[in-house]
Amino acid sequence: MMSLLAVEVPYWGQSLLRVLGGIVAVLLPAGTIVYVFLFKMMSFMQSRLGPMEAGPYGSLQLVAEVGKWLQKEDIIPQRADPRIFRMAPIVVLASTFLLVAVVPFGPDAWFTNFEVGIFYALAVSSLSVLGILMAGWASANKYSLLGGLRAAGQLIAYELPMVLAVIGVVIQAETMNLQKIVVAQNSGEIFGFSGLGNPYVLTQFVGFIIFMIAIQAELTQAPFDMPIAESELVSGYMTEYSGFRFLMFFIGEFATAGVFAMITSVLFLGGWGVPFAWFGWSDIDSVANWMNFVGPLIMFTKMMLIVFIIMWVRFSSPRFREDQLQRFAWKVLIPVSLGNIAITSIFKVVM
Amino acid sequence: MSLTDRLLGDRQRLAYIASQAADSRLNVELETEGMTLNIGPQHPATHGTLRIIARLDGEQVVWAEPSCGYMHRGYEKLAEVRTYPQVTSLVNRIDWLGSFANEVPFILAAEKLMGVEAPARSQHIRTILFELSRIANVSLFLGDLGVQMGAITPVFFAFRDREYVLNLIEGATGGRFHPNFDRIGGLKDDLPKGWIAETKAVMKKLRTFCDQIDDLLFGNEIFQARMRGIGVIPRDVALQYGLSGANLRASGVDWDLRRDQSLPMAWNKADWKVWTHPDGDSFARCWVRLQETRESTKIVDQLLDTIPSGPIMAKVPKIIKVPEGEAWVSTENPLGEMGYYVVSRGELGPFRVKIRSASFNNMSVAPWALRGVYVPDIVTILASLYFILGDIDR
Repeated sequence: MMSLLAVEVPYWGQSLLRVLGGIVAVLLPAGTIVYVFLFKMMSFMQSRLGPMEAGPYGSLQLVAEVGKWLQKEDIIPQRADPRIFRMAPIVVLASTFLLVAVVPFGPDAWFTNFEVGIFYALAVSSLSVLGILMAGWASANKYSLLGGLRAAGQLIAYELPMVLAVIGVVIQAETMNLQKIVVAQNSGEIFGFSGLGNPYVLTQFVGFIIFMIAIQAELTQAPFDMPIAESELVSGYMTEYSGFRFLMFFIGEFATAGVFAMITSVLFLGGWGVPFAWFGWSDIDSVANWMNFVGPLIMFTKMMLIVFIIMWVRFSSPRFREDQLQRFAWKVLIPVSLGNIAITSIFKVVM
Repeated sequence: MSLTDRLLGDRQRLAYIASQAADSRLNVELETEGMTLNIGPQHPATHGTLRIIARLDGEQVVWAEPSCGYMHRGYEKLAEVRTYPQVTSLVNRIDWLGSFANEVPFILAAEKLMGVEAPARSQHIRTILFELSRIANVSLFLGDLGVQMGAITPVFFAFRDREYVLNLIEGATGGRFHPNFDRIGGLKDDLPKGWIAETKAVMKKLRTFCDQIDDLLFGNEIFQARMRGIGVIPRDVALQYGLSGANLRASGVDWDLRRDQSLPMAWNKADWKVWTHPDGDSFARCWVRLQETRESTKIVDQLLDTIPSGPIMAKVPKIIKVPEGEAWVSTENPLGEMGYYVVSRGELGPFRVKIRSASFNNMSVAPWALRGVYVPDIVTILASLYFILGDIDR
């Protein structure tokens, strides 16, 4: 049921809009994150200017970089498994596109409205492990292999706390539908005070922290970046990639950061919405139509906030060792998230 | 128990650990085989072209050996066909990050053979430049330490602040990386105007940099988890393998050639402390270097206040011929003990020069230290041992 400013759009139009919207929703955040955070914020943190030459204030740097990668030769190592080697970056990028399909951007601006949206999102996000393992194995390179295996171990270890952290949210919202989770947060109230809604970052704070740590590991950003640890494994599973296949990994990395930040903002920061009490809305049907345009912007702001935290940690911490990382996941994060679930369910029953 | 007995005990224990690691695969149902990993010669973590051959069982190192010589430039042989003043331009390419410090022991050895002593003023300035090159060298080490572990920010701070020191060295000597400033009997030039005030300001910046690194890295829990208790080199082993410099002091040996030797240099005119650490692990080695950088800034500050007046060159002939004889002089360079054994036959150039560079001996402990560690620890242990390829291969 997609209507923009009360204009009915035919089905083929809706499909076209969704495909275009999906590509924009993946590429725009990826590009912005790379430019704003990787090039500029990182530079300012490191007391340098970052790109300044391409375009005013270096704003076209990303275009220049993409142009550079597209021109490069597509090298496949002689002993690599060429089919798997070619498929791997596509699998990684595909998981990002599949992930964005369930994220709601406004009361009517969504791609699909799954009843089990978060379940689907967590399941699909694990697909990227497959791509990374394929890349690591097919490259016929020892560093790639080590990187791929590390990535697999790490991603599996951190899927679990991530799922467990989300369960707290699902218990509180009583639904797995991402759209309904947004509505539940914005129309909710904390101890009778509805001026802020009920963003779960306040009531599920432990879950939020665990989720942030888990996505940091899921995205293989420092301090959990052993799979691509450049000082040990050269570039891990990406070592043998060049040209546009490397570009796919690169986009995949940052687009996934953007999409995970969107999911975090949906789960914990109230997604596209503002507290409904501000405008006197009560449920999803009474939300004004202009939220379909403002909603994505609000969403984008929240996404950038989350990405800022992710990148901030990334630029300022050294990396763990593989065994320390596993120990942290299994001995700290999982017990804490189980405790979080128990406490949440007790509160849910009592209140 | 004698030193060798204890060492043998350690070796046997390690051989046992290594054999356990190799045999552990027999205990699992799936038959796996080890993998030989060549780390280097082209690898981002090796500061040049060092190659480490590591036999891995999973991520554990069963056996590792550094293989050097990819950048051998034959300086000992080249020195035989140079005149004495020309040799300095060769040797300051050995440890390229602290190049002035390489020239000093050679010049001191030549002076010792000639029976010349540099005037007090040039001794002072030599010591100041020596310590500046130590600061330039070790500050880069401190920043690079983060990069080895994936923290990319500290290295930019290190490059920023090392730039100030390089500017000072350039101001005084005319060369940023390869000053070639030391002469037999003194120095090439006096200090330029305003250099002393500038240096004091920079030393203040460097102390701030040390505090930043202390906060960013040494206070970081992840850094400590990666460094503490990793790559422990006990006192006996450190002595046995001929470690020197901060690596030896981090194993608890109170040994510093700047203090223990009486050379015609000005270190004894300043008040400073030799730092040691009882642990002998990677963290201790890095920590000792951090403290040493702080001490170096103090030495420079104090010496700047007390530079005596006078000439900067002693009376030496225009054409330098060193009388027949042999001399050994070593100093406490940024990387450890660096010495030159100069044999003269009374000609324009040396007959034979033997260079004892610190990194070569420091690296010899690597096979011992790398056994049984994980792959990520190879990088941190090598980083904390701190070698420079030019210093290994010469």
